[in-house]
Amino acid sequence: MSRIGTLFAREFRGYFATPVAYVFIVIFLFLTGIFTFYVGGFYERSQADLEPFFRYHPWLYMLLIPAISMRLWSEERKSGTLELLMTLPVSLLEAVLGKFLAAWAFTAIALALTFPIWLTVNYLGNPDNTVIAAGYLGSLLMAGGFLAIGACISALTKNQVIAFVISFVICFAFNLSGFPLVLDFFRGWAPQAIVDVIGSFSFLTHFTSIQKGVIDLRDILYFATLIAFWLYANMLAIDAKKSS
Amino acid sequence: MENLIEVSDLRKSFGPLVAVDGVSLQIRRGEVLGFLGPNGAGKSTTMKMITGFIAPTSGAVRVCGHDVATDPIAAKRRIGYLPEGAPAYGEMTPASFLDFIADIRELRGAQKEARIREVVGKIHLEHVMTQTIDTLSKGFKRRVGLAQAILHDPEVLILDEPTDGLDPNQKHEVRSLIGEMAPNKAIVISTHILEEVDALCTRTAIIARGRLLFTGTPAELEARSHFHNAVTLTVGDAQADAVRTALAALPAVAGVETRDVGNARRRLTVLPRDGKPILELVQQTGRASGWAFDELYVESGHLDEVFRTITTTAGNAGEVTRT
Repeated sequence: MSRIGTLFAREFRGYFATPVAYVFIVIFLFLTGIFTFYVGGFYERSQADLEPFFRYHPWLYMLLIPAISMRLWSEERKSGTLELLMTLPVSLLEAVLGKFLAAWAFTAIALALTFPIWLTVNYLGNPDNTVIAAGYLGSLLMAGGFLAIGACISALTKNQVIAFVISFVICFAFNLSGFPLVLDFFRGWAPQAIVDVIGSFSFLTHFTSIQKGVIDLRDILYFATLIAFWLYANMLAIDAKKSS
Repeated sequence: MENLIEVSDLRKSFGPLVAVDGVSLQIRRGEVLGFLGPNGAGKSTTMKMITGFIAPTSGAVRVCGHDVATDPIAAKRRIGYLPEGAPAYGEMTPASFLDFIADIRELRGAQKEARIREVVGKIHLEHVMTQTIDTLSKGFKRRVGLAQAILHDPEVLILDEPTDGLDPNQKHEVRSLIGEMAPNKAIVISTHILEEVDALCTRTAIIARGRLLFTGTPAELEARSHFHNAVTLTVGDAQADAVRTALAALPAVAGVETRDVGNARRRLTVLPRDGKPILELVQQTGRASGWAFDELYVESGHLDEVFRTITTTAGNAGEVTRT
């Protein structure tokens, strides 16, 4: 357990040792602001909630999370430090968890730094803060899901650009699978059960229900299972690729 | 003394390519094994399997009694490893990097600080501790990698080309450091530098095309040279032909090689038959004929020549003299 902590700390500090952290946080905050106020119509709606803020998180994450996750393993493979890391007395699971948790904690910080918008909505009206808290929880879980996907893809290639593009496409697919655009396409011919399965894979479906303030165990379980699945695939990917 | 590393019948294939083909080795405490071989011979792959980075296709490795495949954490605790190219996290400083390694190696408190101080002092990293590793010279990067490997004072040390990229002084320092640590550890180093084997190793293993072709002491390796026990002497041009003819006629002499060294001098190397000592004989012959030698010495053997013979001769593939 303490080894996960050591790996976590090294990785986490690594974000702030380079401009990556600052660029990411600034862009994330800038884009959430634009989407909330200009695209989401925060003021025009005249409602004391953060729906226009959370609504665009899946799309922001789809673009920004692969930028965080692309370097997780591909950089270790390219620079040869993977060999160093894997010959230290740490298990593969510890290494995967340490890195993933550091990246997740980093996105949590970026998300936490959006607090002025929470102050704003509380200043302007009387929002239901439990719904907002649920929104933050859902957003964090969703970020974890995107990160787990990105981490796994990053383990498959030494090239960060390839890792970014493939992660982006997979995240995009996970977002879209809940959209009428996709579901209507299947609804015409596929049995309802299959349509439901495809719909149930969607980040959007699960995120939207949490974000409305309904914390359903199934939604939590969905994200937890998704993260566990992709992290397990991450371990397999490292094992398969490390000798090449 | 006990075997700290036991490698039995190790094989690794990558698809159709067999990188390591049935290597067996035992390395005892106090031994420094020099791993020699051409590029792509399987040295690094063997080291990667000993340290548990990649799994062998078949065969087993035990480090201090722990099977690397079934008990990897216990084995890895006892190994210090410098991978090829000395990789390190470039955005860290040597200080934060060694601190990280110490934490992972479960060094704590005063012991951790004492170990870091000792290793940094031994390897002379004091002046670069706060620079990022990316900005360090190749020599310093290599030394940071070495510091990382010896930080927890491991019983088993695996060093993949530890002196690559170092200048002659640094090479000498690293060799003395390894020599200093040798009595209490089992050390494996891979190298291209043959003199290093002579200077540092108690035993050498030559590997080519994934097979172990020779193991033995550096002296045994030298004895395989046809220069082993050869006598080299320098004489004036005027006498050279006479000396050459007289020595070549001796039954114990297999041949004489001549080289012009300038200054109206020639250097003759007298090769013995069957590697038997011939110094006495050459001296007697010289005295009897009244020749004046400028220099006279016995060759111990040319490692590079033996290395070439062993690794390029197809006929002796698979031959293992001693394990």
